Amino acid sequence: MEPTTKTETLDIEGMTCASCASAIEKSLSRAPGVQSAMVNFATEKATVHYLPGQASPASLKEAVVNAGYGVMERAPDTSAAERSAEIDRQKALAYQKLKRRFWVATVLAIIIMPLSMLMLWPALMARVNMPVLNYALLLLTLPVLAYSGREFYVSAWNGFKHRSANMDTLIAVGTGAAFLYSLAATVVPGFFTSRGLVPEVYYDTTATIIALILLGKVLELRAKTQTSAAMRSLIGLQAKTARVVRPNGEEVDVPIEQVQLGDIVVVRPGEKVATDGRITEGQSSLDEAMLTGESLPVTKKAGDPVFGATLNKTGSFRFEVTKVGSDTMLSQIVKLVEDAQGSRAPIQRLADKVSSIFVPTVVVISILTFVLWFDLAPVDTRLPLALVNFVAVLIIACPCALGLATPTAIMVSTGKGAEHGVLIRNAEALEKAYQVNTVLLDKTGTITRGEPAVTDFLAPSLAGVAQDGPRLLQLVAAVERQSEHPLAEAVVRHADAQGGDKLMATGFRAVEGKGATATVGGQAVFIGNRRLLADEGITLSPELTAQAEQLLSQAKTVLYVAVAGQAVALLGVADTVRDTSVAAIKELQALGIEVVMMTGDNPQTAAQVAGQVGITRYFAEVLPAEKAGKVKALQAEGRIVAMVGDGINDAPALAQADIGLAIGSGTDVAMEAAGITLMRSDLHGVVTAIELSRQTIRTIKQNLFFAFIYNTLGIPVAAGLLYPFFGILLSPMLAAAAMALSSVSVLTNSLRLRSFSVKR
Amino acid sequence: MDTTAIIVTIVGLGLAAFVLWYFFFSPRQTASAVSSSSGVQEVDITVKGGYSPDVIEVERGKPVRLSFYRDEENSCSEELLMPDFSIRRDLPAFKTTLVELLPEKAGTFPFTCGMGMLRGSLVVK
Repeated sequence: MEPTTKTETLDIEGMTCASCASAIEKSLSRAPGVQSAMVNFATEKATVHYLPGQASPASLKEAVVNAGYGVMERAPDTSAAERSAEIDRQKALAYQKLKRRFWVATVLAIIIMPLSMLMLWPALMARVNMPVLNYALLLLTLPVLAYSGREFYVSAWNGFKHRSANMDTLIAVGTGAAFLYSLAATVVPGFFTSRGLVPEVYYDTTATIIALILLGKVLELRAKTQTSAAMRSLIGLQAKTARVVRPNGEEVDVPIEQVQLGDIVVVRPGEKVATDGRITEGQSSLDEAMLTGESLPVTKKAGDPVFGATLNKTGSFRFEVTKVGSDTMLSQIVKLVEDAQGSRAPIQRLADKVSSIFVPTVVVISILTFVLWFDLAPVDTRLPLALVNFVAVLIIACPCALGLATPTAIMVSTGKGAEHGVLIRNAEALEKAYQVNTVLLDKTGTITRGEPAVTDFLAPSLAGVAQDGPRLLQLVAAVERQSEHPLAEAVVRHADAQGGDKLMATGFRAVEGKGATATVGGQAVFIGNRRLLADEGITLSPELTAQAEQLLSQAKTVLYVAVAGQAVALLGVADTVRDTSVAAIKELQALGIEVVMMTGDNPQTAAQVAGQVGITRYFAEVLPAEKAGKVKALQAEGRIVAMVGDGINDAPALAQADIGLAIGSGTDVAMEAAGITLMRSDLHGVVTAIELSRQTIRTIKQNLFFAFIYNTLGIPVAAGLLYPFFGILLSPMLAAAAMALSSVSVLTNSLRLRSFSVKR
Repeated sequence: MDTTAIIVTIVGLGLAAFVLWYFFFSPRQTASAVSSSSGVQEVDITVKGGYSPDVIEVERGKPVRLSFYRDEENSCSEELLMPDFSIRRDLPAFKTTLVELLPEKAGTFPFTCGMGMLRGSLVVK
């Protein structure tokens, strides 16, 4: 086996030429333990393969320094926040520059325009020397081309070298042709007059096109930064520092990057939680709206997880750091939204195909336009007509509108979703959610809380025990507090919620499969199922028996309580329906979606819950393995099914469904299988997701329709198709205005999604 | 039709044919990834009015690291899209941006600029 080598990438400083690269390469290769070294001059990086035993990043750095160059210390992994800050800075600079170019072009175009229109006043024209005027216009136009429009020509040329063509190609060829023609008419007018042509100039056209296109670009850039606003604010949520408790008890503010797993962090009221962790002491209520969309603060105590970027409201607490950097919930959300924004929507496929061939095709159309006009127009006007229409075709064509139609809408909507605690995995998920006509809900943990809760406490005759109801409940709670059974937890929660003095239990004993017993206040207390009481020889009164029957018929679990050898009370325990379920299901139905429930419970329980929340169709007694099958059954009816579930059991069903929605911050498995993850544990998220998808896809369709129609109508009109019938020709300047507005319209339409809100 | 018109027609049609050939049918610059010993396939790509190289061959199942160096300020190339890998990345001007991915399926996967004008493809073998 060959010895394992490690690879290290170094950022080299101070390289000025390609030979520097080879000098560093040589120095690195000679260093002990180095197997190979490759230095890239363009990227300023050295990639070194070395044997870990004989060389280290430090020794490699030394080799570079020995060669006379430096190694830039790289941040371990530049965080999303840093990256976005750098990009924002560059974008702000680019925007400033663009605005300057726009203003230069605009001011000059405003001067050039009236000067070019002097011929409208023949009296004035007679006094002006034509050649001098043309030279003056040339001088005014040159800065527009060389400064304001320079980027178009550079970009077009760079693209040409790569055999690729973009929007700049169209602008460069269009304005370039108009300018060169004018230049010839200015410098050698004799060439034109000798052939019976008027040496016309198009400086106004050239300058105005550039000014208008730049205007479009300024507006576009401004709108574009808004498409990712939600994403940027998400990244901006990250805390900058954390107050870490040192082993000696000292509290120190440290930069967030230096916080390590296991550190204890203090959070005071009104402060942001620095990173993810688990509360070790103290309690508080936290505002988690930024992550989950839940507007009500959540109460947390020792042992509960807290998440970075959430806001501490009332109390102060300490927590142990369990996740840092890219593992935190916030980073995961940012990553998910980033991924979604990079994904491609199937709806976009046609637009993608078209835009990949768009520019060269338009260039060909413009050439054919030129040829046709030249061949068919009267001889004395054929050249200017051919030129003007050639330019108009090039300028009006707008691949941008096509290219922007889908991604901008997806960007706004995925960001908006995250704001509402709806994480969309990719554009395809959004498109699928739009088509959904059936929502299949897994009952447990979705419609219901997924944990048992006491619904009934019945103590019909307390005679002979001399207990009042609340005290009896505390007796029971005292026993259950020592038990670890989930039902016991429900009883304790219920008793705590009712209040009252806590009692102490002694001699606790769990009876497996039956219940538990202990002595409280000198009395033996039994709580468990019927068998527990039967084993103890305790009989039920007819009244209790009847009440137990009733609870059982409501599909509740019944706990029997006996005190001092006498059965005295019943507790009904059931999984309770979430407060929000009824309203959310109603909203879904109002959207025209059929809501179907599925549960492992017996038909009786299923019917009861379904009735309670207003669902008419349900599947009962569904085994976990059969869940995916039920999804398939619905799909076989021709339905587009959204499956909403929470657990690992649901993963196959979530994957089988046309779109899976994982509810709650869910397990990783469910998040993987789900197209959409709902951060908040209630069904309103499903409504939000579907409404958001509908609005988004509608917006995309409008955008695509507009972009296609604009180009398919605009190009023929610019080519002069209407001329033979109506005598209408499109001025290249109007074409430029139309083109500048078209991409901005698409962007503005996408930005309308920012006002998305859920009507409650 | 006079001689000038005939010349214009011939030149125009020739130019149109050239444009079609040049942008759609001419051979492209292809590069295969260099595999480092740690198994990462690395490719440096310069972004300047296009991607060079613009056809990148990599092997299936091994991680790929693409270094995009954007050698221009032109806004056309400021975004990089690799939809098949759910990647949308801003490329800062005159900086190298690393893009890491794991090609699991064989096939040709396009990458483009934000508006789909500049194009390249990742060929997974």
